[in-house]
Formats: sequence, C-alpha cells, structure tokens
Amino acid sequence: MRAVVTVTGSDKRGIIAKVSAFLFEHNINIEDVSQTILGDQFAMIMMVDMSESREAFASVAAALAQLGEKIGVTVRLQHADIFDAMHNV
Amino acid sequence: MFSKFDVIETIEMIEKEHLDIRTVTMGISLLPCIRATAGETSDAVYDRVMQKAERLVETAAELSSEYGIPIVNKRVSVTPVSLISAAFPSESGKIGAALDRAAKELGIDFLGGYSALVHKGTADYEKLFLSTIPEVLASTDRLCSSVNVGSSKSGINMDAVRTMGEIVLKTAQLTKDKDGLGCAKLVVFCNAVEDNPFMAGAFHGVGESDTVINVGVSGPGVVEHALKYIPDADLTDAAELIKRTAFKITRAGQLIAREAAKRLNARFGIVDLSLAPTPARGDSVAHILETLGLEVVGCHGTTAALAMLNDAVKKGGVMASSRVGGLSGAFIPVSEDIGMIESATAGQISIDKLEAMTCVCSVGLDMIAIPGDTPASTISAIIADEAAIGMVNNKTTAVRVIPAPGKKVGDEVSFGGLLGRAPVMPVHKGDASAFIRRGGLIPAPIHSFKN
Repeated sequence: MRAVVTVTGSDKRGIIAKVSAFLFEHNINIEDVSQTILGDQFAMIMMVDMSESREAFASVAAALAQLGEKIGVTVRLQHADIFDAMHNV
Repeated sequence: MFSKFDVIETIEMIEKEHLDIRTVTMGISLLPCIRATAGETSDAVYDRVMQKAERLVETAAELSSEYGIPIVNKRVSVTPVSLISAAFPSESGKIGAALDRAAKELGIDFLGGYSALVHKGTADYEKLFLSTIPEVLASTDRLCSSVNVGSSKSGINMDAVRTMGEIVLKTAQLTKDKDGLGCAKLVVFCNAVEDNPFMAGAFHGVGESDTVINVGVSGPGVVEHALKYIPDADLTDAAELIKRTAFKITRAGQLIAREAAKRLNARFGIVDLSLAPTPARGDSVAHILETLGLEVVGCHGTTAALAMLNDAVKKGGVMASSRVGGLSGAFIPVSEDIGMIESATAGQISIDKLEAMTCVCSVGLDMIAIPGDTPASTISAIIADEAAIGMVNNKTTAVRVIPAPGKKVGDEVSFGGLLGRAPVMPVHKGDASAFIRRGGLIPAPIHSFKN
C-alpha cells in the first residue's frame, strides 16, 4: 500500500534522520522525498510503500504523530488514495 | 500521480479550511422487521439497526485515520416508521424509543426516519402516526422526524400542511425548556428525496436496497478560501473555480463512501454534493456569497450569487462522482452558519429573502427561529409557500422552523453544537388561517404531466 508522510513545522536539525529511522524500524520503504516551503514553514513530503509493514495503519500513524510531537513538528501518515482521488480526473 | 503541491493543498484544505466528510449515513431498510405487535416490531427494529450499524462508528474512525480527513457525523437513516407501524399506529412511539436507544448504544449522532410520506393523502394510520411526533421528539434525543407533504407529481396535501403547522407548534411547546429543540429535529418536505444523508430529513426510501452507505461532503471554507485568491475575476471565472473546488471535495467524499460501503458490507448509495456550513468561523456558506462581492448576505444580489454557487457545486460534483444524490447543493440554515447568524442578528436578512433564496438552492427555510406566539396557521402557511416553490420548480424544499416558546423578535435561541444559535426573526402578521382551513389538495402543476 502506498502512503504519504508529510512533515510540517519550523525547520530544525535531524527531522529527516529521525523520521527516516522510524520508517526503517517499521519496515516502511521510502520511495520519494521532496521538500518545499508552506507559508513560512518547512514541509517535507515522503512517498512510502507500506506493503512490508505488519502493524495496523492507525497505530503507525499514531506513533508517527507522537514522534512529531517529540521533535516539535507535525507528522502525518495518510493513504495515498486520498490525494489521487482529489487531484486526478 | 499527484505532485507535492497537491499534497499540501489537500492538507491545507483539511487543517485550515475545515474540509471534512460531514456525514457517513447508513440507510437501513426496516421492512423485514414488521411483526404482529408494536412490542415485537420494536424489538426487531432495535436488533436490526444494532446488527447492521454495529461497526459504523468504528469504521468511520478507521477511515478518518487512514485518509487523514475528519468524518464529523456518523448517522443512520431508516424506512419511514409510519410504514412499519401501520398496523398499530398509535403505538409508533415504541419504535421511536427503540430507535433512539439503538442510536445511543451505537454512539451515532442522529438517526432519521421517524417519518411519513403523505404527499397525496393522509391515511388514517398516518394521521395517528403524525399525532405521535411531538411527544416522541420530546422524549427522545437522537431521533429525527420528517414528513413529506407535497411533490411535483402529486400536488400539495393541504390537510397535511395544516396538521404539520399544529405539530411543529406542539413540538416546540413540549420542548420549551430547551428553546423548542424538538423542532430542530423535525422537517416538513416537498419532493423529499429517499437517499438524503443529512439530518433532520434523512430517511431510507422504500425503493432503496437493504443497506446502503450515503455520504455528505462539506467544505464551504475551502470554496471561500479559493475565491479569495481571485478577488477581481469575473463571475464566469469564479463559477469555474467553484466547480473545480467542488470536484476535489466530492472526490474525497466518493473515496470515503466506496471504502465505507466495502468495509461495512453495504451498497455504495450516493454522494451528496452539498456545501453544509457549521457555526464555526471559516465554515460558512454566507461568507462565500460575501466573498463574491456582497456586503452582507441578504442584500440584493444574494439570490443571484447563491444560484451561481449552487449550480457550480453541482457541476463540479457530478463530474467527480459516479453516483450523486441526496439534496446536493448549498445549504442555508440560519442557526448553523456564522455568516447567517450575524446577518440575521443585524436585521440584514429576512424570511422573505430566505424564501427567495430557497428557489435557487437545494433546501428550504432551515433552522429559523420565529416568535413563540406564531399561530399554527401561519406556520402552515410558511410550509405551504415553501412546498409551492418546490412543487412548481421540481426541487426539494423543506421547512424547519422553531417557534421559540416564550420568545419574541430580537431574542435568541441556542441549541449548541452543530445546531448553533439563532435570533428570533419576524414573520408576517397577516392572517392566513382561512386559506389553511380550506384543506384539500393543491393540484400538481401542468408541467408535471410528462408521460
């Protein structure tokens, strides 16, 4: 299953390292990473493949959100279909 | 494939502009629950609703977490109860109580379908059923009721219109300790639709299959925000932008509807393309109209702006979903929209203007508080006017007014939550009672004979 991880907040050291380490530990493969500026904030978008992940989606999402709180940014995990549905005819 | 900008746009819509799935509503047929007595039927109704909707709340939470989009309300609609209780109509309240109990135990927000369809005539069992509505609404919390009194095909049942004026007033009086809250759960329709997921008017039509999932999308804040980027665009371009925005919103609804139906072992019914406001700032249909250039909703130009908005929402939505239904359009409830509340409080919008607006949008006079001493015949006359607009224009219209007990023009009623608050608005003082007393059927318009 394809999913999208988004990280938003003020830029600081170690965001990519910590989020990538989390994904590695949970058997989630990163397929693509891009960064941009969202208003005055840092935004990172990762396309990930969760087919090897054995955990329930909701618990991974909750753990990622918790990790974000620890770092001081907002981290979300969403099924990729929502973006496909909304932005493709 | 989508771009990083698409991802960011979706997240901004959800987090800053109140994009959400307003409701996932499971329609359940109660026809297999009819038994010999009211007691046995109530038990069967309770069991069936509990069994069919057992995983509704849980599934909505799962979907919300996976797709990262809030699902605000989880609801159930059922076959009009007047049909289920036809053999023991005076005991219909037992079924109402069973449904309310099921709604509470399931943890859903509202359950709709304490309803009757009397657009061509009121049968004796329906008369008895209608008389139970005030007490049932006063003694339940989550049950909603609707009555269809007219249609473009059949005309308007003016006997039922007269009765409903009295029932609305009685419902307000029986819930006077809560500002007449019972009336917020009671809608009188013309051309009621059988697959509406929104309350208080949802019921599961007899033409529907056994169990269906209907989804109502929302997102007035998203449309308002998009329009703010093009302050100087002409109305053709504004309509185009609304269409594109409605497309995106509806696609989110379609995805959730399909997925919810699959997981709940139900049929995917429809996506209702409505822009449904809430009392939260940034979630207002009135503010969309003001962003289009009106100083305040209710001024001249409001009807034209709303007509454009409503049509553009439909066009974008129809393109986005394989199954469209329900009410589909812009909602203009007074108490549930901060822009409407402010305009009404400032005396900038009248019931007459609201009535004109209902000619071009998807609903009717909705969540309007009127003085508590308004005579039943005046309420019936308001219902008759709205029904006439619906009948002649081949559209759904509805009346959900609250004759606020003990309150007069300038006072305010407050229901809290999504139902919001509203100033008591003036109604015309002229007497329509002789007209309402005539009863009978207003015949269907000539253009309804299409066969």
